[in-house]
Amino acid sequence: MSGLILEHVTKQFGTFTAVSDVNLSVADGSFVCLLGPSGCGKTTLMRMIAGLDLPTGGSIRLSGTDITQVPTHKRDLGMVFQSLALFPHLTVGENIAYSLRIRGADKDAQKKRVDELLAMIHLPGFADRSVSKLSGGQRQRVAIARALAISPKLFLLDEPLSALDAKLREAMQVELRQLQQRLGITTIVVTHDQREAMTMADTVVVMNGGEIRQAAAPVDIYRRPADSFVADFIGQTNLLPFETDSAGQAAVLGTSIEGFAPLAGSTKGMLSVRPEDVQLVPAGNGAIPAKVTFVRDLGGTIETFVEAGGQQVIAVSSPRNRPEVQVGQTVGIKLDPATSVVLPK
Amino acid sequence: MRREPPQRLGDYGPLFFPAGMLTLFFVVPFATMIAVSFFQREQGGFYTPAFVLDNYARFLSLFFGKVLGFSLFLAVAVAIACVVVGVPFTYLLARSARKMQIAWLVALLSILSLSEVMIGFAWSTLFSRTAGITNLFVWLGLMSQAQALTPSFGAVMTAMTYQAFPYTVLVLYPALVRLDPTLAEAARTLGASPVKAFFTVVVPALRNTILATLIMVFIFALGSYLLPQLLGRPQHWTLSVLITDQAIYQSNMPFAAAMAVFLVLVSLALVGLAVYAGQQKEAK
Repeated sequence: MSGLILEHVTKQFGTFTAVSDVNLSVADGSFVCLLGPSGCGKTTLMRMIAGLDLPTGGSIRLSGTDITQVPTHKRDLGMVFQSLALFPHLTVGENIAYSLRIRGADKDAQKKRVDELLAMIHLPGFADRSVSKLSGGQRQRVAIARALAISPKLFLLDEPLSALDAKLREAMQVELRQLQQRLGITTIVVTHDQREAMTMADTVVVMNGGEIRQAAAPVDIYRRPADSFVADFIGQTNLLPFETDSAGQAAVLGTSIEGFAPLAGSTKGMLSVRPEDVQLVPAGNGAIPAKVTFVRDLGGTIETFVEAGGQQVIAVSSPRNRPEVQVGQTVGIKLDPATSVVLPK
Repeated sequence: MRREPPQRLGDYGPLFFPAGMLTLFFVVPFATMIAVSFFQREQGGFYTPAFVLDNYARFLSLFFGKVLGFSLFLAVAVAIACVVVGVPFTYLLARSARKMQIAWLVALLSILSLSEVMIGFAWSTLFSRTAGITNLFVWLGLMSQAQALTPSFGAVMTAMTYQAFPYTVLVLYPALVRLDPTLAEAARTLGASPVKAFFTVVVPALRNTILATLIMVFIFALGSYLLPQLLGRPQHWTLSVLITDQAIYQSNMPFAAAMAVFLVLVSLALVGLAVYAGQQKEAK
């Protein structure tokens, strides 16, 4: 078995369960994002993969070897910390060469590798600079180069880009993804920024309350959320009450609609509809009746807020398909079964 | 915030009080001592104003040279012992549970409330043949016969290190608490064992704090005159012991003053050298 495999991994701090029975399989060379709100256990999970915390239950295997109890320094991994943790007493070159020096590599080999890595992160000739003289983005790159110096089996990043400003962060996301694809290194990133996860990951792992709620490709996470938490956490969504009667007829917001299969074993559920999938149509004709309460025209997109059955629904459209509606006007909402997801309540 | 130099005399106002206190309680006594060091000693414990170099000349002998050398050696040894024990101790303390930290800090602070005399007599009892720790070793079967561990150099070192240790921890503690814990973790992910991470990352990152601690303990230990007398042999007496002896028992104020001035100059020179060496290494 290759890759990284987590089985029933659990971490308890006293009576508090930070990570609960996590099963995850990460294929070699893939890019996985652990995504979730703060306190969801994603950082604890990463620290267990790194060996900085030991799990209280379950096992972690890397390339077929059980590493659950292996100390961090024997795991052959590279990690970038949220604080970056660059060593302030060492130069850029010495920081990058640290893992090689610890392993007793000779000076020439160290220098050669440092030059290679500095070229890779587009900072050639920076070896003798002090880390305190670098900009945020440069420090970021140095931390990445330092983690990659030994060509580790596993590359871990804990909220790596959170200290950068928005523009630089977006640029670094693309750069990090391209670097990962070029090196083909198995990478796990912890983030609370869903845009970041969507940009970089092959697989997004959404966590909440110490559990994995869904692990899938970014598009699937967005299009086919597993539950209402994932639907709500990833992007914007309308969560509408969904009911089926004894005859199997589905109803949303009190209006019967066609084309939706009833839920297995339950008559009540939630319907997740992305704002861009909400169609505003003239009232009547089987559409769900709604009243326009507010229109926000952002130039690039137009958000129409409507009220239906006592609940707010947001519809987003592009200027090309600008809905000709006024505040106070009664309209109809049409939902397409192909783009809506029925979730257990 | 305004960041310009003071313009009028009034702007220096806040400095007047501390400057006055410093002059009254430090500059004046120190100047008096320097002046006395050049005075002529009279038989019977008096001295008359003069400008003679006899006191300094008398000091330049092999005997006093040796005492000065030993004093500096002892102070450096105590400083190093305190840092060697204190840095790992404080590192672990700063990472332990809050309750544990408070308990230790209170215990260490309570050592500060003990006078040097009490510390000296406590250790001399502990190191004695009749009531000392060797009796415990005999009882445990580690030694065949109880013996006195004092007077000896080891006893002086132990007591002085014990006395200076709380200061060491209190100076190191804030720096170690502020130290980013991910530095050591990063070193571990890069292949360093926890011990290696401590020596290659934590200690170098704390270089300036450690240097400041060394200097502080060094100066503190240089002034110790009671413990060497209580726990050491005459060859373990420091210059401070001799200064006390001259000033109080021999009533030779000018000579005592000359030795004190010399001790201050030598220690200032050493501290300056240490700071200079530290800056050179940083500039590298």
